[in-house]
Amino acid sequence: MDFNSLLSTLLADVPTLAAVIIGVPAVLAAYIVGGEFLVQRLPDKARPSLRPWIWVGPALIFVAFFLVYPVFGTAWRSLFDNHDNFVGATNYGTELAGFPSGGAWIAIRNNLYWLVLFTLLVLIFGLMFAVLTDRVPYESQVKSLIFMPMAISFVALATIWKFMYSYQPPGEPQTGTVNAFLALFHQDPRIWIQDANVANFALIAAAVWGFVGFAMVILSAALKGIPGDLLEAARVDGAGELTIFRRVIFPLMMPTIVVVGTTLVIFALKAFDIVYVMTNGNYDTDVLANRMYKLLNVGDTGLASAVAIILVAAVIPVLIFNLRQFRAVEARR
Amino acid sequence: MRSSGFKSLLTVSVIALLVTVACGTGSSDKGTVHVLAVWAGSEEDSFKAVLAPFTQKTGIKVSYESTRDVDALLQTRIAAGNPPEIAGLPSPSTLSKLASQGHLVQLDNGIIDMTKFSAQYSPGWIQQGTVNGKLYEVFSWAAVKGLIWYDPKNFTAKGYQVPTNWDEFISLQNKIKGSGTTPWCVAVESQAASGWPGSDWVKEIVLSQSGPTVYDNWWQGKVRWTDPAIKQAWETWGTILGPGDSNVYGGKNYILSTNFGNGGDGLFANPPKCYMHNQASFITDNFVKNTPGIAPGTDFNFFPLPDVNPAYAGAHVGSGDAFSLLKDTPQARQLMQYLVTPEAQAIWVKRGGKLSPNKNFDLANYPDDITRQVAKVMTGAKIFDFDAGDIMPTPMRDAYWSAVLAFITDQSKLNTILSGLDQVQSTAYKA
Repeated sequence: MDFNSLLSTLLADVPTLAAVIIGVPAVLAAYIVGGEFLVQRLPDKARPSLRPWIWVGPALIFVAFFLVYPVFGTAWRSLFDNHDNFVGATNYGTELAGFPSGGAWIAIRNNLYWLVLFTLLVLIFGLMFAVLTDRVPYESQVKSLIFMPMAISFVALATIWKFMYSYQPPGEPQTGTVNAFLALFHQDPRIWIQDANVANFALIAAAVWGFVGFAMVILSAALKGIPGDLLEAARVDGAGELTIFRRVIFPLMMPTIVVVGTTLVIFALKAFDIVYVMTNGNYDTDVLANRMYKLLNVGDTGLASAVAIILVAAVIPVLIFNLRQFRAVEARR
Repeated sequence: MRSSGFKSLLTVSVIALLVTVACGTGSSDKGTVHVLAVWAGSEEDSFKAVLAPFTQKTGIKVSYESTRDVDALLQTRIAAGNPPEIAGLPSPSTLSKLASQGHLVQLDNGIIDMTKFSAQYSPGWIQQGTVNGKLYEVFSWAAVKGLIWYDPKNFTAKGYQVPTNWDEFISLQNKIKGSGTTPWCVAVESQAASGWPGSDWVKEIVLSQSGPTVYDNWWQGKVRWTDPAIKQAWETWGTILGPGDSNVYGGKNYILSTNFGNGGDGLFANPPKCYMHNQASFITDNFVKNTPGIAPGTDFNFFPLPDVNPAYAGAHVGSGDAFSLLKDTPQARQLMQYLVTPEAQAIWVKRGGKLSPNKNFDLANYPDDITRQVAKVMTGAKIFDFDAGDIMPTPMRDAYWSAVLAFITDQSKLNTILSGLDQVQSTAYKA
C-alpha cells in the first residue's frame, strides 16, 4: 500500500480515529476520577477495601470477557458436533481413541517429546552459557549473539531452519548448512525433517536454538544476584569451582531454574509455529496445537475444541505450579 | 502565553481536520468491494491489473486482501459476521461447503446473465459451480494438469521420441533409465500443502485409467480408496516412480524435500538430471525464473500424459479459480459480472500462467505458442474433469496429500495407506 492510499484510508476513518485518540483516554480519566470521587464519599474504614477493586476492575472485566468466557465457550463447544447436536464426550472419545497411533495420540506423544527434550536442552544450554559467559571479559557480546534468535519470529526461524536442513542428492553441492557440515566429514547427506525417525528431534533442535537465549538471560541475571562474598567464603573454605557450582550456585539458582523451566514447559505444550511451517504435522511430527488448528481449518469446531480443552487440561497443573513458584521466589526476596 | 499558543494550534488542527473530512466525503464515492483471495507477489500484481480497468470504468474501488490461509480466514470471518463481499479460491470445495451451509449468494437469479453465461462456458464449468441446482461459483481462470514437460534439445540429442501412447511412454521411461539417467524429476514439498503434486499424478491416472464415472464417484466418496480401480492407479504411479523411487532423480529424499517450484530444474541441468517432469500449466513461470535465459518451444515443451486406457482417450484433469459472492451489494454484483468476461480474463492470461475457461476467449491473447497449445489441450479434451483433490472435502484432501508423502517414503505400505484413507473417507463426507 503506498503512502497516499494509506493516508486516504486513515482520513476516511477520521471519526473512528478521533474517538480512539480522544475518547479512550477521556473515558479512562473519567473512570479514575469518578472512582476516586466515589471512594472519597465513603467512610474511612471502607476505603481501603473498595479502592483496589476500582483499580483492578477494568482488567478483571477484560480477562473475564476475553479469556474466561472463551475458555468456557470452548469447553461447551467441545460437546457438540458440526451440526450443533449435543454429543456429550464423543469428541473426546474420538481424539483419545486408537492408542497408540490413532486420534490425537501421535500429537500427545510428540508434545511429550517437546516437553522433556525442549525444556531440558534449553535449561542445560541456558545454564551453561550463563555460567560460562559470566567468566569471560567479552560476556555481553557473546550473550547478545546467543540472545539474537529471540528477536526473530518463530515462523522466520522455522523457514531459516528449513533451508539449513535442505537436501541435495549425494555428490551434489549441499546447499543446506547441516548436510554441508556432514559433507566436511565425508558423510552422506540425509533428510532431516522428512524422515519420521529424526524429524521430531530436528524440529526440537531448531526450537532450542531459538529459545536458549531466553533461558540464558534470566539465569544469568539470577547468577549475578548471588552475593560475591558467598562465593568468596566458599573459596576460602577450600571449595573448588565445580563444588562451588554444585553446592552454592546451583541451589541458590534453583527457584529461578524452576520458574524458567515451567515457562518452557508451557511453551513446549503450546508448540505450533515451527511444526506448522516445517512439516505441518507430516512425518509423525504433529503436535496438539497444530492438530487443533488443522481441525478448525476444515470446520470441525467440536473436535478442535476438544483438542484445545485437552491442551488446557495439560497446561493448568503447570500453570498452578508456576504461579506458586513465582510466589515462593517473591517471598524470598 | 504558552496556553494561548496551544489553543491556536488546536484551532488550526481542528479546522484542518474538518477540511480534510469535507474533501474526503466530497469526492465522487461509488463504493468499495472487498475481495479475499490467495494471490500474493506477482500473482497479486496480475490480479490488480485485472481490477484496474474495472475501477477506472465504474469508479468502484476494490480492496484486495491476500492470504495463503484463505479457508481458515474465510470461516472465521463468516463466523464473525464480517465476510468479504467476494472470495476467490483456488479450489471450489470450501465454497461448495459454504454454499450448502447458506453462506453464499445465489448467482443464477439475476446476478449473472445465464443465457450469455451458458453460451460462454461449457456445461462442465457451470456444473462445477452449481450446488443443489443453484449456481454459486463462477470460474475466471483455469489450469490444465497432467502435462509432461521436457527439454526438446535433450530429447533430440538422445534420439528420444515424444510418446503417443502408454506403451511408448513406459518404454521411453525404461530406455532413459537403461542409459543410466533417472527419467523423472518429481518434487512434492509445498509447505502446509506438501504432497499435492504427487496427488496430481494419482488423479490423472485414475481418470485416464478407469474413466470419469469411477473418478466422480471416487471424489464424491462413493468409491473406497481400497477399491481395485484406485489401488491400481497408485500402483501405476508406483511403476513410474520405480521400485524405491529409483526412477526419480535423487530418490525419495529429494522428492520429499524439494519444493514443487524447483521440481523442473533438473531438466535444464547440464548434463540433465532427468528428462521428464509432470506438472500443471502454470509451472513454465518457475522454469523461466529458476533457469534464466530458457525460452518456451526451444528449451521446454510438453506432451499430455498419454491415455492409460484407450477406452478413455483424451481425458484431462484441470483446475480453476472460483469466485463466489458472500454479501450482495450492487458494487460486488458488477465485479462478479466483470470477472466472467473474456476481457477481464485476457488481462491475466497475457501476463502468463493462466488459461481462460471462457469459450469466447480469443486464442491470440495467449502470450506464446506453448500456452496456446496448453489451452488447446483444455478445449480439445474429450473428457475434462475437475481436480479431484480440490473438490473433495478438506479433511479428505489433506489426508490424500499426506498419503502421497507416505507412499513416496515407502511404496510397500500402500495397503495400510489406503485403508487409512478409507477411514478418513468414512467421516469426512458427513460434515
